Amino acid sequence: MNIQDWGLIDYSQGYARQKALVQDVIAGADDHLILCEHPPVLTLGRMTNPDSLLYQRADIEARGVAIVGIDRGGDVTLHAPGQLVVYPIFNLNKRGKNLKVYMEKLEELAVDLLRNFGILAISIPGKRGVFVGKDKIISIGVGVRKWVTYHGLGINVNTDLSLFNLIKPCGLDVRMSSMKKLMGHAVDMQDVKKEIINQFNTRC
Amino acid sequence: MINIILPELGEGITQATVACWHAKPGDNLTAGQEVCEVVTDKASFVIEAPQSGKLSSITVDEGREASIGSTLGTIE
Repeated sequence: MNIQDWGLIDYSQGYARQKALVQDVIAGADDHLILCEHPPVLTLGRMTNPDSLLYQRADIEARGVAIVGIDRGGDVTLHAPGQLVVYPIFNLNKRGKNLKVYMEKLEELAVDLLRNFGILAISIPGKRGVFVGKDKIISIGVGVRKWVTYHGLGINVNTDLSLFNLIKPCGLDVRMSSMKKLMGHAVDMQDVKKEIINQFNTRC
Repeated sequence: MINIILPELGEGITQATVACWHAKPGDNLTAGQEVCEVVTDKASFVIEAPQSGKLSSITVDEGREASIGSTLGTIE
């Protein structure tokens, strides 16, 4: 598995790079694990309900939050600095062609990641993502092309949670949380990156 | 005539929703071309044309659910 840290990268630029890597993996290259953060952006998945945007698009963009429609399952989500975005570009032809198992594996390793920071999180049957109590802390949405995955996880590490007030995250009436909020202090992003790499190396 | 089939997406997945079509009836397709996307369980999956030809019909419209193994559209 080839691990790349793209740092803070514009969403559309990162998306184009993801797509290029998907083509590489389809052509036979090794799997990639991408870590990055994005400037504030709302991404609209394939099943986005227009009511999930709680403000007019112009008002949202005036707050410096871009809006992009994308080929990911699910509804609207937000990316912003302080959220660790993880894009596994994995060839499921080599890992068992099963979307459900893949999504559950992402949830399991996310729960274990948080446990190692002292946060007791759970996955909830019928709701993708990872929750602490009723609050959602990690969003999950993936795309698959020729059984190669893209998109992935948004882990709220130090995210400005007020930005989620712009939307119904994932179309749900759910409150969002972050590691910073739960731990009471900002969390070193490098520590979270090391731990997520460790989780992927152990489980995938 | 060739059917565009909703493939197996994994054990336990019985249905998916057609999120969008990238082609309309009458369009010429080449084998392997991305023809539509289905979503299930917060994953989107790209369906490709099984062979070259003209998209003759769309059986399952955008926003509608389909069962695994069912026909989404036809090519002739």
